Amino acid sequence: MSADPHYTLYHPRWYRRRVSVWWWLRKRSYARFVLRELTSVFVAFFAVIYLWQLWAVVQGPDAYARFLARLRTPLFLALDAVAFLFVLFHAVTWFNLTPKAMVVRLRGTRVPDAVIIGLNYAAWLVLSGMVAFVLLRA
Amino acid sequence: MPPTLALTVARYRPERESEPSFQTYEVPLRKDWVVLDALNYVKDRLDGSLSFRWSCRMGVCGSCGMKVNGSPKLTCATFLADYMPGPVRVEPLDYFPVVRDLVVDLTDFVRKLKHVKPWIIREKEKAPSEGEYLQTPEQLDSYKQFSMCINCMLCYSACPIYGLEPGFIGPAAVALAQRYNMDSRDQGAAERLKILSEHDGLWQCTFVGECTKVCPKHVDPAGAIQQYKVTAATHWVKSLLLPWSAR
Repeated sequence: MSADPHYTLYHPRWYRRRVSVWWWLRKRSYARFVLRELTSVFVAFFAVIYLWQLWAVVQGPDAYARFLARLRTPLFLALDAVAFLFVLFHAVTWFNLTPKAMVVRLRGTRVPDAVIIGLNYAAWLVLSGMVAFVLLRA
Repeated sequence: MPPTLALTVARYRPERESEPSFQTYEVPLRKDWVVLDALNYVKDRLDGSLSFRWSCRMGVCGSCGMKVNGSPKLTCATFLADYMPGPVRVEPLDYFPVVRDLVVDLTDFVRKLKHVKPWIIREKEKAPSEGEYLQTPEQLDSYKQFSMCINCMLCYSACPIYGLEPGFIGPAAVALAQRYNMDSRDQGAAERLKILSEHDGLWQCTFVGECTKVCPKHVDPAGAIQQYKVTAATHWVKSLLLPWSAR
């Protein structure tokens, strides 16, 4: 036997398949994954809007009024609606993956995935409720 | 006449053809037959030139991983009856170079597996006279799931990231690294973290999650990778805040 693993006299002629550009259409889960990757642009869009809002607040009441007026234009309303849907999609997929990344053990047994996901949703609801309370009271 | 089923098998004979082709065989459809039984029937009765790997026939050896109707499966655990009325299409696993027919070359995985040091690393080995390393059932439980991996490569074949970025260390290698990291007897976690934080390490994973779905042993490699990401990120934050404590 040769000591050199790269010995090539009878080297097999491997066949290497190329990955199709359309690989993500082969399965629904692949398509969902690519959708999640691409729509993260809208999550970034939401973040940019927040930064813009902060900047407008710092500039004063006139600038803030202009900011609000701009958000009411049909283009921004449409963009916001789409972005909201995708941010929601990201929030849901994120909550659903938490038990994969977080293994919580209580008294030697692993806390079931559904409990971890449920607690995340509960925290989301409570926080959203608190925000709504502060906003609606004013 | 017993019922039959069409088995369409990918053939690649490098001495004859430059690309794989498909060949269809009629095999008897028996209720208790798995795809591997049908392949063995072809090999024994119809065409002795068909090449494929198999050994234990009971989901332990991890040799008979192939694509059945487009999904990575252990052919010894995939029943023909579930694919009625057929045809059943058998192909070699995706993303690995095909050597012949259904046989793929796994050198890349073996190299990556070795790279993550899947063995118990001790700073100082105990002398045999000092006795064995004891472990509680809870400690065993924390890594047992990852130790079930049989290196069948279904997870690599299901991972589009591995297909697109062949350098990616891959699901099973990370799960097996995690198997040793979680082992109370091991002290090599810091070494492995360095290896897995490399460019082609765990951050290539963007969580498609298919590796876990196809795993026949419920190892959950996707979970292993995400848990390892948390460990790596925590380590990074710690080294940023407390640079003197980082090893």
